[in-house]
Amino acid sequence: MLHERIPNLANFVEPDRVRREVYTDAAIFEMEMERIHEHVWIYCGHETQVPKAGDYYTTRIGRQPMLMVRGKDGKVNVLYNRCPHRGSMMCGDRSGNAGEFFRCSYHSWTFHHDGKLRAIPMMESGYAGTRWTRDNPDCNMKRAARVENYRGFVFASLAAEGPGLLEFLGRSKVAFDDICDRSPEGEVEIVPNCFRVIQHSNWKIFLENQLDALHPSVTHQSTGRAAREVELEIEKRTGKIPLSYHMLSAFSTVTIEKWDNFQTLNYPYGHCILTGYMGLRPQDPDTLEYERVLAKAYGEKRKEEILSTNIHHVLIYPGLSVQSPLQQLRAVRPLGVDKTLTEIWHFRLKGAPEPIYRRALAYYNLVNSPSTLINADDLENFWKAHQGLSSDGGDWVSFHRHYGRDAEKDGIVETAPNCGTSEAPMRNQMKAWTQYMASGK
Amino acid sequence: MKKRTVKKPARKTAAAGRPVRAAKTAPNGHDTQHAVEQFLYRQAELLDEKRWQDYIDLFAEDGMYWMPPEPSHATWDGMPAIFAEDKNLMTVRMKRVLHPDAWSQRPLWGTNHVVGNVVVERESPNGDVVARSRFHMMELRRDDVRHFAGLYIHHLKKTKDGYRIKLQRVDMTNAQAAFDYVLQVWV
Repeated sequence: MLHERIPNLANFVEPDRVRREVYTDAAIFEMEMERIHEHVWIYCGHETQVPKAGDYYTTRIGRQPMLMVRGKDGKVNVLYNRCPHRGSMMCGDRSGNAGEFFRCSYHSWTFHHDGKLRAIPMMESGYAGTRWTRDNPDCNMKRAARVENYRGFVFASLAAEGPGLLEFLGRSKVAFDDICDRSPEGEVEIVPNCFRVIQHSNWKIFLENQLDALHPSVTHQSTGRAAREVELEIEKRTGKIPLSYHMLSAFSTVTIEKWDNFQTLNYPYGHCILTGYMGLRPQDPDTLEYERVLAKAYGEKRKEEILSTNIHHVLIYPGLSVQSPLQQLRAVRPLGVDKTLTEIWHFRLKGAPEPIYRRALAYYNLVNSPSTLINADDLENFWKAHQGLSSDGGDWVSFHRHYGRDAEKDGIVETAPNCGTSEAPMRNQMKAWTQYMASGK
Repeated sequence: MKKRTVKKPARKTAAAGRPVRAAKTAPNGHDTQHAVEQFLYRQAELLDEKRWQDYIDLFAEDGMYWMPPEPSHATWDGMPAIFAEDKNLMTVRMKRVLHPDAWSQRPLWGTNHVVGNVVVERESPNGDVVARSRFHMMELRRDDVRHFAGLYIHHLKKTKDGYRIKLQRVDMTNAQAAFDYVLQVWV
């Protein structure tokens, strides 16, 4: 057993530091997949990705290739992408429509959209007298143990036991409320495009970076300054600054000291929120029109509540990074101990004026596309981090920044004022990691 | 019999305004095919030589560099795009790349473009041209080699200083594949 090969796992994590092997050891990675990713609730996709019966999308939960598919009854199922006969993958495309039923390309076994066996060639003549009978559950495509849908966002867990989705999400569910409530109809739909980018680094390095408020003004200063220069030049020429530039130039205008003004809120199961956002509520005619539409739908008071939701980023451990004010998310799919895929999606606020969609789209294209002006430098850092951690030059990763200043109440750690750059989110993630890894089976 | 079957499609093609042979003569007497090819080769060379400002200068004032994520997209307007950059955004990208603290730019990095299969699709009386071509770009970053290939569609505006790009559409064959690392500059 793995835990016998790594008997002293408890010694790998201390409250303020972590052993480097946690990021680089292949055996620890396998154990993480088994005890964390293939155990907890993992985001599979949004229900609008599969609008019609038979529509499917392939995804991964830990090491398992999965299918998210819409059934004829309208329900979204999550199945292992595998034929129970000889183990062949059922759907080789990333997405598509299965038609009336799934059909294995190898021996033509067919299955309903919920995974139940439909037909096997020669079922009567070939299988009579064997233990492979129609009522044998092993004849079906295996289903994820649990599937839940929160406001259109579909999650699955491969473990039959454990907290329900809402209990698991706890307060981090605000990520989805904030996305949906910003629509006057309370709903979003997928923008049908997925940007997929591979990072040559451990999955935890990405997650730890998401709420690392110190890094933007260091890592992204080249883009911040470049955008600021061009922004000022445009202003000189035209008297106006395009809003989308602000999303880039803020990286140079928001200094390290200012980042400390924000706050992180750290929740059970490793989830975290970084508060504060830069200039998403300007007073231009488009925004004012949007506010008018929202007020009409919800009333003035509720509109104010919705628009003053103070979130920059929500991290749902271990696989999702949500920027709710911009209706974007990144799903993290570990491919190996040093290889991680991110799937980057954007959502449209149903019923919101077009310019509001376009403003968020500019961020999706500039920051989250494969030509990103931002993540290029992040990915370089992640690669360097993984390379460095693979060396014998040191044993520990330091998470000491603002350690000891966190205030914990009811299991929630709030960083103290002027400690926005605290490494509390990393400490909180490793706390959850330790609990998952110790739990075993 | 054989001659007829050969001739017929040739006439059809000419009628549709899409010459198979692109050796067309422009109003000013220069060989358009040759001029367009030289322009495309020069543009590719500027990328490989990292002459970013010269590259941006090839675009018209309202010019766009656009790489859709998939070939079915008919516009960048309101659509997800891998690139959809006017000259201002291209300038941001250039300034970022040239900044001494663009960490990801530090490693050894180079590209090699080959452009071919150049077809002049359309030429207006004023000399403006729509041309399509195929490209193959090899990129070296540290010890890693990547390949990107696809279709360029150039909408070129004729000026007294030569062609300027109104729109360069780049349909990359690997646009839908997962990107192993990102694209730092234009392909």
